[in-house]
Amino acid sequence: MSTQEQKPKNQTETDTESADEDIIAASSPQQRRLREKRGREIESPKETAEQEDTYHLKVFRYDPEVADKQEPRFDDFHVPYRQGMTVLDALIYARDRFDSSLTFRHSCRQAICGSDAFFINGRQRLGCRTQLSDLEEPVRVEPLPHQEVVKDLVVDMEHFYDQMEAVEPYFQTNELPEGELEEQRQSRENHEKIKMSTRCIWCAACYSSCNIAAGDNEYLGPAAINKAYRFAMDEREGEDLKQHRMRIIEQEHGVWRCQTQFSCTMVCPKDIPLTEHIQELKREAVKNNLKFW
Amino acid sequence: MYEHDVLVVGAGGAGLRAAIAAHEEGADVAMVTKLHPVRSHTGAAEGGINAALREGDSWESHAYDTMKGSDYLGDAPAIETLCKDAPEDVITLEHWGMPFSREEDGRVSQRPFGGLSFPRTTYAGAETGHHLLHTLYEQVVKRGVTVYDEWYVMNLAVTDEPDPRDRSCHGVVAYDVMTGEVAGFKARNGVILATGGPGQAYDHTTNAVSCTGDGQAMAYRAGVPLEDMEFVQFHPTTLPSTGVLISEGVRGEGGILYNAEGERFMFERGYANNAGELASRDVVSRAELTEVNEGRGIEDEYVHLDMRHLGEERIIDRLENILHLAEDFEGVDGLEEPMPVKPGQHYEMGGIETDENGETCISGLYAAGECACVSVHGANRLGGNALPELIVFGKRAGQHAAGTDLGEARLTTGKAGDVEEGEVDSPVALGEAGISDEAVADGGAATLTDPDEVVEAAVEAERRRVEYLMNKDDGIQHAEIRARVQKAMTKWVNVFRNEEGLKKALREIRAAREDYQHVYVADPSRTFNTDLQQTIETRNVIDIAETITLGALARNEFRGAHWRQEHQERDDENWLKHTMLSWNNGEPELWYKPVLLEGEEKTYEPKIRSY
Ligand SMILES: Cc1cc2nc3c(=O)[nH]c(=O)nc-3n(C[C@H](O)[C@H](O)[C@H](O)COP(=O)(O)OP(=O)(O)OC[C@H]3O[C@@H](n4cnc5c(N)ncnc54)[C@H](O)[C@@H]3O)c2cc1C
Ligand code: SF4
Ligand code: FES
Repeated sequence: MSTQEQKPKNQTETDTESADEDIIAASSPQQRRLREKRGREIESPKETAEQEDTYHLKVFRYDPEVADKQEPRFDDFHVPYRQGMTVLDALIYARDRFDSSLTFRHSCRQAICGSDAFFINGRQRLGCRTQLSDLEEPVRVEPLPHQEVVKDLVVDMEHFYDQMEAVEPYFQTNELPEGELEEQRQSRENHEKIKMSTRCIWCAACYSSCNIAAGDNEYLGPAAINKAYRFAMDEREGEDLKQHRMRIIEQEHGVWRCQTQFSCTMVCPKDIPLTEHIQELKREAVKNNLKFW
Repeated sequence: MYEHDVLVVGAGGAGLRAAIAAHEEGADVAMVTKLHPVRSHTGAAEGGINAALREGDSWESHAYDTMKGSDYLGDAPAIETLCKDAPEDVITLEHWGMPFSREEDGRVSQRPFGGLSFPRTTYAGAETGHHLLHTLYEQVVKRGVTVYDEWYVMNLAVTDEPDPRDRSCHGVVAYDVMTGEVAGFKARNGVILATGGPGQAYDHTTNAVSCTGDGQAMAYRAGVPLEDMEFVQFHPTTLPSTGVLISEGVRGEGGILYNAEGERFMFERGYANNAGELASRDVVSRAELTEVNEGRGIEDEYVHLDMRHLGEERIIDRLENILHLAEDFEGVDGLEEPMPVKPGQHYEMGGIETDENGETCISGLYAAGECACVSVHGANRLGGNALPELIVFGKRAGQHAAGTDLGEARLTTGKAGDVEEGEVDSPVALGEAGISDEAVADGGAATLTDPDEVVEAAVEAERRRVEYLMNKDDGIQHAEIRARVQKAMTKWVNVFRNEEGLKKALREIRAAREDYQHVYVADPSRTFNTDLQQTIETRNVIDIAETITLGALARNEFRGAHWRQEHQERDDENWLKHTMLSWNNGEPELWYKPVLLEGEEKTYEPKIRSY
């Protein structure tokens, strides 16, 4: 692997202008608040960054089509740092100022679209939700492990989507009320029970962190099982469907593959208790006599 | 060439609902979307979805509130359709499993929202959009609808008759982001645009990076008028550093706004003596900026939104997501301190002119969702009224495109009948810069009528465009051009507008257009070339920014979200009309059409809008 240094292109007028803005931004109140707050949590890496005023990123580069990128490499980017900057902000900056071919998925910038899960300093995280100041320098940004790399930080998500869709990820019920304007009742407790499981944003961080999924391509994986949990536990679907769901979940590449390593739970940006959900489904399966072990 | 009965461009709430409806009517439907469906920005909606579900409430009351909120620039047939259909369509979501928040008796909860006379905002925590989006996508998976995801639609395949009302749309041209393939998609029945808002015309926005107004710009250049584009909603509570939204739900639950002097200014400074924090969004945004401009802002920039008094339990139960957003994107613990907020671009009320069935003046071309203007929001959208619009009009467009008879629309489309020519004093030339072979109808389908040929010709034109952008190896990069437009818009086409500023913005937009003549794509790869995609998007951003600014410069009054320093009154005598912009030989043509205030049973009389 080679390493290439990226330097800003000729500074145009707009560049200088925004450089000034960066300085202003660095002293703005919310930046200060974030700084104070982070300061409470983590001391060291931030200090140096502030002195140098740039953050050092090492970003994985690969493009099957472009001669000097066919061999994977890391590029170095030195991004002017402003307090509160996220890894996604830094990548956008590097792309817009240094190298427009730097490629990564992103959209919402607020941890809801699930596009920008990367392997940042050795852990699956959302770029938009990860503060640079929480990280050691240089910040290594790589594509999600165990997924095929398409280009730079973009991985092929097809297999992940296939697994999600393998669990019949849609509400089904035989118990709809008669009246057209009549909703199905759901108790608050039941709503509460499924609440965490409904938060999944399909980022695939969990899937990428899972050793079992890495070894068994057919393993449904934590996100898909969680999706199944979301419906199996929803009282509105009714008993018949629950049995049907349990059969999907306890299939050969289903819940029983999980070895409770908790890696998925640790990386989930939505704090979904994945391992717990999987364990609960295992207990449920046993209870239902669907599987003896 | 790919071929389907109905093509839906975009897979947010509107597109997904349209696809389900068309599929239920038996059509062979496919979705073409630049993001995987679950990445769409509908997922970011927080607060809720309005529908008159409960005793004591009625669709009439919802319609009245919506009309008042629109500052009488909404069309009654559209508003009445929205309010009548919303209850059933919201219950349909519940029947599809959407995890709405619940009352003790197990029924779905509703909460108060700004500008509503009844607490009719149905919600799922503070992440209503996320649940709506996923619930709809689940139904699309269930039905096996074909989804071409990460396909970027570059243009429409439209015939080239002189009068846009004679044109037909036969499909789209799209680019497979993964491989760089440019391909034609033919639609036997219709194309539905559901591409969302154009928030990226601004730099401080609650909208996603993908909200670049593509559908609006493509429809505009194909000859469909854009309606009321100057009406841009600025949400009063966005986080200052990122533009991330703090839902109106916080104020709905009882959150309070304070200035630097600790005054509850909405009341104490008389901005809204009755509704206070829950006044309509435009009112609250202006109040906040006035406080800041008059020196009562905090750090000269923002005000405080305080929800601590609601108590931890209630906050966690109903607004938990807000705690995460404030923490992750602003470093504030909403349980311990007030949250800093300021207005940010949030929603485009205007858009592609359609009727109640989602149809535009071009045959076979539909639009629904934020990209469309039917118009239910008029000069100002009420919180919680966009999500019902997605499902109500998404569904109708899907049904109609699939051939279902929905009855004749009351709204008319295209430049015909009772219209008035408009004039605007622009300091610079407008529209296409330089000579372009796309200057006329932007489908590249000159004089062709056979649908296959129309699509093929459009594909060829787009291939040439891609080759041109890829082969050029120096010039200006799109990011610089886009940033220039965004800055100008945020500075001069914001909450407060005046003639001088709007003209400055037009100059900047012109300069951006000229720069765009020299744009090039540096990334040489055909694989996942986001540089190319964003370069194409930037052209759309420029076109949309121009329509917003032009409409704003022409409208010499203060109505809803559109405030003019020189004209501080609503002027019903001269301005009770829709701003229309048509792309005519590469130049924007301004005209106006009347607002329809006659509802089915009653006529809405413009009243003073006070809260
Ligand atoms: C932060 C936030 C909070 C909100 N909260 C609320 C709320 O509480 N209540 C409410 O009623 N409204 C709310 N709104 C408004 C509402 O959410 C949006 O107006 C609505 O979700 C837009 O939906 P849509 O389907 O029109 O577009 P989107 O969801 O934006 O989807 C657009 C789709 O089009 C696709 N697309 C775009 N361009 C192309 C192209 N060129 N080729 C192919 N595909 C393309 C994208 O991939 C995407 O799938 C909120 C908005 C924001 C930003
Ligand atoms: S469960 Fe968590 S980590 Fe896994 S895909 Fe969903 S949000 Fe991402
Ligand atoms: S950009 Fe959407 S989750 Fe990070």
